Amino acid sequence: MAGAPGAGGGPKDAGWGPLALPLMLPTWAVIGIFLALPVLLMAVYSFLTREFRGGVEWQFSLAAYDQFFVTRGLFGDEPPSLEWTYILIFWRSLWQAALATGLCLLIGFPTAWFIATRSPRSRTVWLFLVTIPYWVNLLIRTVSLKFLIRDNGPLNEFLMGIGLTSGPLPLVNTNLAVQLGLFYSYLPFMVLPIYAAVERYNFALSEAAADLYAGRWRILWEITLPVVRPGIVAGCLLVFIPSLGAFLAPDLLGGAKNFMIGSLIDEQFKGSQGNWPFGAAVSVILMTLVMLALLIYARAQGRGRA
Amino acid sequence: MKRFGIALLPLLASPAFGEGELKVYHWFEYMPQELVDKFQAETGITVTIDTYDSNEAMLASLKAGKLGQYDVAVPGDYMVQIMAEEGLLDSFSPADLPNFGNIAPQWLDVPFDPGRKSSIPYQWGSTAFAVNRDVYQGDINTLAILFDPPDELKGRINVLDSQGEVLALGSIYLGIPQCSQDRAQLKALMDMLLAAKPHWASFGSDTAKDVLVSGDAAAGMIYNGFAAKARAEGANVEYAYPKEGFVVWMDNAVLLKDAPNRDNALKFLNFLLEPENAAAVTNYAAYTAGVTGVEPFLAEEIRTSPETNPPADAPAGSFVAVCDEATQKLYDAIWTNLKK
Repeated sequence: MAGAPGAGGGPKDAGWGPLALPLMLPTWAVIGIFLALPVLLMAVYSFLTREFRGGVEWQFSLAAYDQFFVTRGLFGDEPPSLEWTYILIFWRSLWQAALATGLCLLIGFPTAWFIATRSPRSRTVWLFLVTIPYWVNLLIRTVSLKFLIRDNGPLNEFLMGIGLTSGPLPLVNTNLAVQLGLFYSYLPFMVLPIYAAVERYNFALSEAAADLYAGRWRILWEITLPVVRPGIVAGCLLVFIPSLGAFLAPDLLGGAKNFMIGSLIDEQFKGSQGNWPFGAAVSVILMTLVMLALLIYARAQGRGRA
Repeated sequence: MKRFGIALLPLLASPAFGEGELKVYHWFEYMPQELVDKFQAETGITVTIDTYDSNEAMLASLKAGKLGQYDVAVPGDYMVQIMAEEGLLDSFSPADLPNFGNIAPQWLDVPFDPGRKSSIPYQWGSTAFAVNRDVYQGDINTLAILFDPPDELKGRINVLDSQGEVLALGSIYLGIPQCSQDRAQLKALMDMLLAAKPHWASFGSDTAKDVLVSGDAAAGMIYNGFAAKARAEGANVEYAYPKEGFVVWMDNAVLLKDAPNRDNALKFLNFLLEPENAAAVTNYAAYTAGVTGVEPFLAEEIRTSPETNPPADAPAGSFVAVCDEATQKLYDAIWTNLKK
């Protein structure tokens, strides 16, 4: 990835001549300072010794990873066995992010399809409407959602008003509320890339398939979806990855009763009992998992094309 | 870093009006501007205030190099002890502060600074819980409201998302000492908390007041000043002083090590011990001063507020204790177990 701009520049490089290298410097500086350096720092910290009440001692230690994977009981004197606590927290976050991604795809794909098949003029209006809520800060939107769905909020008043429920539907502090929050937060990240892909889709392909007696579903599965797949994949990644680390929605809408990956990491840095190496190690493990998933996907993608 | 220091030196030295300067590192919105103006008018000292929003943030910033730039800070009780252990505090003698004798006797020999060598009381309050009286009318002066709640409150309780306060109240409920290393006691504490958790609706500190006002929670662990504000905003809540005990906390003005304006800092500490000035902070923050003789200067609603006036039969509160590293590890594990 990092080498792409230089390599892709090929023939145009000639015009820039000796300036090419200095002109690349800002790019490398940005990648170095904002990407490589923080990640490196995080990786290094995860292998250092914890300083009580925040901070690190510059002494190599595997204690953080040991804490993640191995348990010796509450008092540390039982025979070591696999620690399930943090794996369970990861599993909960993964499951939640997967669910949110599925939900966004289910609603986002038809939405994107609908917008992309309007006239160019109304497309602009629809896209504009999709982005409006995102002019408002995420925290404020999440709190507003909480106001809407709380026991004596408008949604429950409405449901009771039309006689659909006799008492308030408990929504706040449930997983359903968390899902709703994630879905609402990240839906446009699903809609926009799919829209971009569908907009470029050549509908003559569908017509050709129909002329050859393919049914509607067959056209969707065998012609349309493979063509717009990059948009769908991009959308899924853009929803899945931030959902995995989210802690605003779980904390505010879910009641913060259980750690998510995001709140677990947060706790290691902010508390007086802070454990920086462990927070860094959890981050490194999370990043490794995400990178592995991306690598597997990239390889599968490459094979599909060959 | 060093070069910056030299460049800034003339800047720091120049605006020396009258009696010089004072640099205070303080919580946000915790001191009325009129009181700062009053100090400046009385002494001719120019006061600069920087703010922080948590004890931990203040500690981290001082440890990261801000020590030597501030004269006074206002840490909470346990943080005074931590800062002393980390060598961040300077000490004074009672003779340095003419108003030293105004410190209320019960706050003179506090566990986090025995004999008050580096700190003076700023404001104090308690952490227990408040109950919505429309929902539950029974006796609320017991910690069982949180840890073994009556049916009306089950599933409608908010607890602070703060390890120190939850585990301290839990220990008080079970009658075991804080920072215990006794296995049976710690096991009992963990089992009790795990059994209580299904009755709790949420963990939240910043939201502790809002959930009571909105009705999302019918009972909630909360600071007394916060409960008073919830009541002022229309929630029919009553703050409890549980019979088993409760948590007290105290913010303290401390003299920092390497203070650039040590003499002015002492004048400021002395100024804060003047009853009229301590009362001004209380009227502003709705907690309680640690100074005797403030009553004549208090606003009526503050003086008679039920949240700051425990009933005569209420037990004494306890500070959250500072555990050593090995013990703290056990409490961290219990907290993680509770929230996993």
